[in-house]
Amino acid sequence: MIAELGQFALILALCAAVVLAVLPFVGSFIVQPQWMALARPAALLQLLMMTISYFALTSTFITNDFSVLYTANTSNSQLPLIYKISGVWGGHEGSILLWVWVLAIWTGAVAIFSKHMPAILLSRVLSILGMISIGFMLFVLITSNPFERIFPVPVDGASLNPLLQDIGMAAHPPLLYMGYVGFSVAFAFAIAALLGGELDSATLRWMRPWTNIAWMFLTLGIALGSYWAYYELGWGGWWFWDPVENASFMPWLLGTALIHSLAASEKRGIFKAWTVLLAVLAFSLSLLGTFIVRSGVLTSVHSFAADPARGRFILFFLAIVVGLSLLLFAIRAHKLKSHANFELISRESALLLNNILLLVACAAVLLGTLYPLFLDALDMGKISVGPQYFNTVFAPLMLPVIMVVGIGALLNWKKDKLKGRQTTLLALIVLSLIAGAVFAMQFNPYKITAAAAIGLAIWVVASSAYGVYYRLRNKRNRLSAAMHTPAAFWGMTIAHIGMGVFTLGVALTSMFADEQTVRMGVGETHEIAGYEFRFDRIEDVRGANYIATQATFVVTKEQSAVSTLVAEKRIYNVRRDTMTEAGIDGGLTRDLFIALGEHLGEGQWSVRLQYKPFIRWIWFGTVFMALGGLLAAVDRRYRVAATTQKRAEAATKAKAVSAAAGAAS
Amino acid sequence: MWKYIPLVLFFGLLGFLARGLDLDPSELPSPLIEQAAPDFKLQSLYDASEYGPESFAGDVWLFNVWASWCRACITEHPVLEQLDDIEGLTMVGLNHKDVLDDGRTWLNRFGNPFDTVVFDQQGSTGINWGVYGVPETFIMDKKGTVRYKHIGPISEEDLNTILLPLIKQLQAEQA
Repeated sequence: MIAELGQFALILALCAAVVLAVLPFVGSFIVQPQWMALARPAALLQLLMMTISYFALTSTFITNDFSVLYTANTSNSQLPLIYKISGVWGGHEGSILLWVWVLAIWTGAVAIFSKHMPAILLSRVLSILGMISIGFMLFVLITSNPFERIFPVPVDGASLNPLLQDIGMAAHPPLLYMGYVGFSVAFAFAIAALLGGELDSATLRWMRPWTNIAWMFLTLGIALGSYWAYYELGWGGWWFWDPVENASFMPWLLGTALIHSLAASEKRGIFKAWTVLLAVLAFSLSLLGTFIVRSGVLTSVHSFAADPARGRFILFFLAIVVGLSLLLFAIRAHKLKSHANFELISRESALLLNNILLLVACAAVLLGTLYPLFLDALDMGKISVGPQYFNTVFAPLMLPVIMVVGIGALLNWKKDKLKGRQTTLLALIVLSLIAGAVFAMQFNPYKITAAAAIGLAIWVVASSAYGVYYRLRNKRNRLSAAMHTPAAFWGMTIAHIGMGVFTLGVALTSMFADEQTVRMGVGETHEIAGYEFRFDRIEDVRGANYIATQATFVVTKEQSAVSTLVAEKRIYNVRRDTMTEAGIDGGLTRDLFIALGEHLGEGQWSVRLQYKPFIRWIWFGTVFMALGGLLAAVDRRYRVAATTQKRAEAATKAKAVSAAAGAAS
Repeated sequence: MWKYIPLVLFFGLLGFLARGLDLDPSELPSPLIEQAAPDFKLQSLYDASEYGPESFAGDVWLFNVWASWCRACITEHPVLEQLDDIEGLTMVGLNHKDVLDDGRTWLNRFGNPFDTVVFDQQGSTGINWGVYGVPETFIMDKKGTVRYKHIGPISEEDLNTILLPLIKQLQAEQA
């Protein structure tokens, strides 16, 4: 019953989406205010129906209704409640339903927080979002219906992949989807701008917070996925350049470029066509990512069931959405005139450099990701592109971005002679390098590259901090001036500092990590990076839905106790999968990591020990970036602008009323 | 004109993606092809008798890796039943990383297409055979050489276009 209710609600949501996609859209061209006025209620109805549909599926999981095929395949009565809830997006059908629900949430949010947007713009934006909804709802209904029944009803479900039975993994897909799908809002604005033939700064101001929030979610989603891979896969790595990771990283790179070009377009009226193109491409890459993940055209550690029918549907949809958008761009982009000009040393130049490098980096990742497919399609053999390619190509492209991130932020718009800042900046560069050289002495062996990398990270933080000082330099009361500095400025600064923190983590982890696979029995010790690991005991334990072999290690450094680590090898009851749970002692300056390998007989085990200096800084950095994105999005100016507009509207109305009154008298 | 470049590039990309749908990236040439079948010594799922590749010497034999916890194996099962009908083909099943009773129950429920079923709780035979997903299927000629490897469930189409002609050809070869 519940499953049928869910499916029915999904069909009603599709009806709402059709209304949303057609009437307000047509109404905006033939100027039919009543038709346009349908946009908001239709968007909210779609959200309501999708919410009902999604909760219906969730309830089949919670109530162990295995007469629903998807539930039977993905859930199990032994599964803890939290993983029943997150298990809803543990398989293909449910995760696509989540995708559509998230799209409905974004669409609903635009409908709610747009009271003062011009009616024509709003109806077009919502209509375009509605069109995307139609595509994905049809995808669910035609190829991936999660509400399908099964007969005979199985006694119990096949259970969720144990890799996904984890808090981090439970939160990863919703965050990622909030980001992916969130770019659809910027996309819808961009298409509306192309249709209308103009992109004014008011529209750009609407776009910015939406883009920032989507970017924030995507940042957190990617970071959480990376963290999950680190502690759950048991390899101790944090990024693998896997096709599915790249699929989420490419929209992030373009989204980052978009955030910056939006700033230039809004403040200076330049790069408008470019901004529109980035908005289209960022969302297109989200769709491409969905295609890559769901079609199985590339092999990945994320083994999703490949189904050609699904692949064909998404490809067809991709062709229509992206093809039409790019065609529209080709025909209409000349309408979006950029006015201002700028000189070589200016904030515009820095933003342009940022954009070009991020776009090229994204193209490099795209090429590496699809290269195996290109060769295979041309019958030139089967290859896989490994991390060597990505690291070699990606790092040199990012290096200049990191170098100028701090300076770019303190350049003036249009033209800047760096008056009064040259000496300070030069001094900061020298001091950063010296600090890097000194700090690098902490590590053995001493590496010049490490000194340079640390110096670079310190430089990013120092130049960003100097940006704050420079902004407040002439204010009499610095504290009060700081209090009145817009949140967007703090957001930018924090995100840039996050970049420095991230750089430090990546550099130190990759240069000084130590890992060894050793043979150990109970009572034996092994030393790595100055830490002594003693294999204390091994025992069998029983978990909620698994049994595990649990190995306990005691870690000491120079005779003083550091921590006790517990590594497990689990065998899950239903699917018989073996899982490694690594024992990790996390710290600000280093992680110690133990994974239990195979039993080698006679009480001997294969054990993998790792020392990862500063690895947490990688994720701290991303948290800073996400926080920066959030701060930038909640800046008062976006709300003030709305209020000002409201006042202007009220004034016009009042004028009209008094004019009418005047005419009447 | 530069504004048309993204569109053109996109359609180029689309062509590759469309082509990619018909390709199978997991279809890696197995290093086992044209090699002798990797050795194993496993007990039957039903009794204490032991089997290894030499038990099937002189026959064309099919080695199917399956498990009761494997959903795709249920999909594949009718195809195995059809293969079972082929005269002179020895069907060997490897019950991979399973529980004895679960494996037996599964065969009771769906029917047993195999002539021999061996049982490997640890999955070490699977490692030697390079199995990284279940189901996988290997076909050996009369000399005990691996001639074909199939990853994932065998579809009706695979059966008719690849497996049946191959088995016919192998059966015609000299031992």
